Amino acid sequence: MLAYIARRLLYAIPILVGVNLITFALFFVVNSPDDVARVHLGGKHVTEEAMTKWKADRGYDKPLFYNPDASGADKFRETIFFDKSARLFVFDFGAADDGRDIAYDIRQRMWPSLAIAIPSLLVGLLVNITIAMILAFFRASYIDIAGVIMGVVLMSISSMFYIIGGQYLVSKSLHLVPISGYDDGVNAIKFLILPVIVGLIGGIGSGTRWYRTIFLEEINRDYVRTARAKGLLESSVLFKHVLKNAMIPILTGVVVILPILFMGSLITESFFGIPGLGSYVIDAIQAQDFAIVRAMVFLGSVLYIVGLILTDISYTLVDPRVRLN
Amino acid sequence: MCTPKFILKTLSCLVAAGLVAACDMQGWNNPYADSDSGKNILYSAFSARPKHLDPAQSYSANEVQFTAQIYEPPLQYHYLKRPYVLVPLVAKLMPVPVYYDAEGRVLDGDADASLVAKTVYEVKIKPGIRYQPHPAFARDGDNYLYHQLSEAQLDDIDVLADFKQTDSRELIAADYVYQIKRLAHPKIHSPIFGLMTEYIDGLSEFSTVLGEQLGADDKAWVDLRQHRLAGAEVVDRYTYRVILKKKYPQFRYWLAMPFFAPIPWEADKFYAQPGLAQKNITLDWYPVGTGPYMLTVNNPNRKMVLTRNPNFRGEAYPSEGEAGDKEAGLLVDAGKSMPFIDKVVFSLEKEAIPYWNKFLQGYYDSSAINSDSFDQAVNIGSSGDATLTDEMKRRGINLYTSIATSTYYGGFNMLDPVVGGDSERARLLRRAIAIALDYEEFISIFQNGRGIPAQGPIPPGIFGYSDGAAGINTYVYDVIDGRAQRKSIEEARALLAEAGYPDGIDQSSGEPLLLYYDTPAVGPAAKATLDWWRKQFKKLNIQLVIRSTDYNRFQQKMRDGKAQIFSWGWNADYPDPENFLFLLYGPNKKAQLNGENAANYANAEFDRLFEEMKNLPNGPKRAAVIKQMIDIARADGPWLWGFHPKVFVLQHEWLKNTKPADVANNTLKYKRLDPVLREQQRAAWNKPILWPLFAVLFFLAALLVPAFIAHKRRQRASAISSFRAAAER
Repeated sequence: MLAYIARRLLYAIPILVGVNLITFALFFVVNSPDDVARVHLGGKHVTEEAMTKWKADRGYDKPLFYNPDASGADKFRETIFFDKSARLFVFDFGAADDGRDIAYDIRQRMWPSLAIAIPSLLVGLLVNITIAMILAFFRASYIDIAGVIMGVVLMSISSMFYIIGGQYLVSKSLHLVPISGYDDGVNAIKFLILPVIVGLIGGIGSGTRWYRTIFLEEINRDYVRTARAKGLLESSVLFKHVLKNAMIPILTGVVVILPILFMGSLITESFFGIPGLGSYVIDAIQAQDFAIVRAMVFLGSVLYIVGLILTDISYTLVDPRVRLN
Repeated sequence: MCTPKFILKTLSCLVAAGLVAACDMQGWNNPYADSDSGKNILYSAFSARPKHLDPAQSYSANEVQFTAQIYEPPLQYHYLKRPYVLVPLVAKLMPVPVYYDAEGRVLDGDADASLVAKTVYEVKIKPGIRYQPHPAFARDGDNYLYHQLSEAQLDDIDVLADFKQTDSRELIAADYVYQIKRLAHPKIHSPIFGLMTEYIDGLSEFSTVLGEQLGADDKAWVDLRQHRLAGAEVVDRYTYRVILKKKYPQFRYWLAMPFFAPIPWEADKFYAQPGLAQKNITLDWYPVGTGPYMLTVNNPNRKMVLTRNPNFRGEAYPSEGEAGDKEAGLLVDAGKSMPFIDKVVFSLEKEAIPYWNKFLQGYYDSSAINSDSFDQAVNIGSSGDATLTDEMKRRGINLYTSIATSTYYGGFNMLDPVVGGDSERARLLRRAIAIALDYEEFISIFQNGRGIPAQGPIPPGIFGYSDGAAGINTYVYDVIDGRAQRKSIEEARALLAEAGYPDGIDQSSGEPLLLYYDTPAVGPAAKATLDWWRKQFKKLNIQLVIRSTDYNRFQQKMRDGKAQIFSWGWNADYPDPENFLFLLYGPNKKAQLNGENAANYANAEFDRLFEEMKNLPNGPKRAAVIKQMIDIARADGPWLWGFHPKVFVLQHEWLKNTKPADVANNTLKYKRLDPVLREQQRAAWNKPILWPLFAVLFFLAALLVPAFIAHKRRQRASAISSFRAAAER
């Protein structure tokens, strides 16, 4: 298995280079180094000289990908792409274009993101699996049909509606929790209740339908027929046998997203004033801060790759038939 | 036993308990700590994190709202008087510029600008002013405690507050000179450096010297005291001079901006130490000032807190204002020592809807009005007057309106062969379009009535603006009963025909006239505005093609002079007509010259008058020159004139001493609030309502009951069928 993991980690290097290349190209198609300099110098009274100095100071004065004036390997090394990308591979994110240390900000902002993501994930799993099991238990009955219809309806509504509606109903009209904001430690709980509930309701439709499908697939398998033939109660069949076997796709599905939880949620964080990494990316895009954008895309890619490797490993743990070679 | 009856009983008990509990509960939705209730704290917000808090760098409004409370330049704007008046802040008196000719002889105050070779502003500051407590000043005898931080010391530091010792010192003139030198520092990239090199003597050369001194080691601290700048010198402990290369009367306005606030060398040296930048402890993020407030919590990702500076000398609230200020209660605190508020908490609030709702709950003390909530807050009468809705009045909310020192205009690229140039044909075409473009309608539809149609480039409140019939642009409006009425579309069509485009057909080619509107507005949100633009041109049977691009491409088009018709805006740097009329000054063209004249307008007479006007003091002569300039611009019509936006601000009744001040930024010290009243109102407005919560629980329980019954039935059915199956075997 170790050889497999090592191989997967080596595969990750060209993937990360490719992701960086695409991010870099997309960013600089829209924003030239001059545009970036102009934005950071404030837009008013900006002179060519000031822009030239700013670009030189931030390393934007070099060619993008290829430096014809340099010699040998420096033709590629003396470029903005190399300058801005090479250090990422040792997780040195450097400073944002406004001078702030990116690693420091990521360390500060990942906790609020996790504070929403983890409870949302856990409560969502619990509720979705429970409802999905109830629907599977009452499959083909009016409860099942009503549940599926409700699921489709919930899926069809925009997440923005849940957020604004939740804020209006729970915070503005009923005055039960703050509309937005964040605080440290246990004081954060009152700010997290509403985003978690909104995230939960927004995800119930798709979550329950997905888990219901998994359960129904399991219910039609031979071992379930055998269990029933043994005279087991339907609830025993469902909870002791079906649930256990359905956990394989459920767990592997969860493992893949675990590392990405760090990255936060763009809309939820923005609306609820949660200072997480999701809103960090949005701010950076709006401010044309390439340093933050590339760092966050790189980090997201690394975490996604880690998630996929963890998923492969988790397969071997939950299903002894799977071997990584 | 878990029967439906049992579940119902339990839920009933829970509801009753909850209701009893709720009777005595309030503030569940309070986003602030309970311990802060009733305290003299102002609550505000910021929507985007500030990029720079270094006074040499910060320029944006969302940055100046912090820096202006912390840093003290020599001058400030009078809080109550309008038009805006400069008064001393740290300066003892208003500095009077002294002009010299090339031979060093002193010239009169009204000397011709061409004779002036040097201008000297001598600023005397008040003694005894002290900086806020800061670790940069902490000393142990002759040694500064934190100027040579070791690795071990750095390990224990995460934020500035982790430094145990702080101290202060007196503000001296050298600190102002130090900051002027910082404007030229090659690593600071001050946005006004380029502009100031035109005026401050030796600033450009000073920057070159610093660049050479820095060399390869760009992280090293350079002691700016050791380098002489010809344009800024210390006279004595409390006096310094700024020497300009020419006459520049507008320089006094710059002396009211944080760019010219003092920076102590100790702070510069302290922050330059290696290791602090990695913790984001820099002068750019932790200001050191002498103002009424100091930044005690600096988390631009979440919250910024300004706390009263314990070393602030105290400043008296103004004793005089303009007519009506006394009646408005703005002189109740006259002569009292400021600031009145102990702490100001700014929370990050990116979205307008949560901000608005929290304002209505009393958790923010003031709010702007966005389009979504406009109808909820304001009624616009048939005469255009804005009044509060009954709901706002019930809550004791007050509305403050003011015309911003800004102008939003449509423009013609004067380099364009069709709409630009000095030909009569183009001039008539521009005039016809200016009449057809109904900005009154635009303001009504897209601004909720928040704006006034512009009659020229200068907004109200700035010297040179003419009110009433005298100020009406008669090329676009008719004067009827002393009021402006847009000329009829028939008149516009007649002008169009005279220009050679009868009914929108180009006589020379016989083709329909096709014009282009260049804009960075894209997507569904912009559709209504762009449709409005098309509709205005359609009135003249002109086909308008919208060329939408992203913001950067649009800016590039403007710099290249390739746009045809465009929209643009300008917020004043300072309240002087020069800061608006220079938007039409030829040598300030955007194309080729990278200036702010977006229309690339050039008129020799206008330019000559501009040169004259910018050096004149406010008075009848200057007013006459401005009128001449505006007449020329109106006749040439490089702009569609657009509108001056109106700012609407809502405030709760517990916040006092509010007067809109678009140009002044250091206004927090004037504000006073009544925290007791706020606490009472918050309690009344935010009682938790629990019954719907329990109703939902009941509903869910009710859904479970039939499921529970069906489950039991199925369990029984399974047992019976199993039994039957076994019996049959």
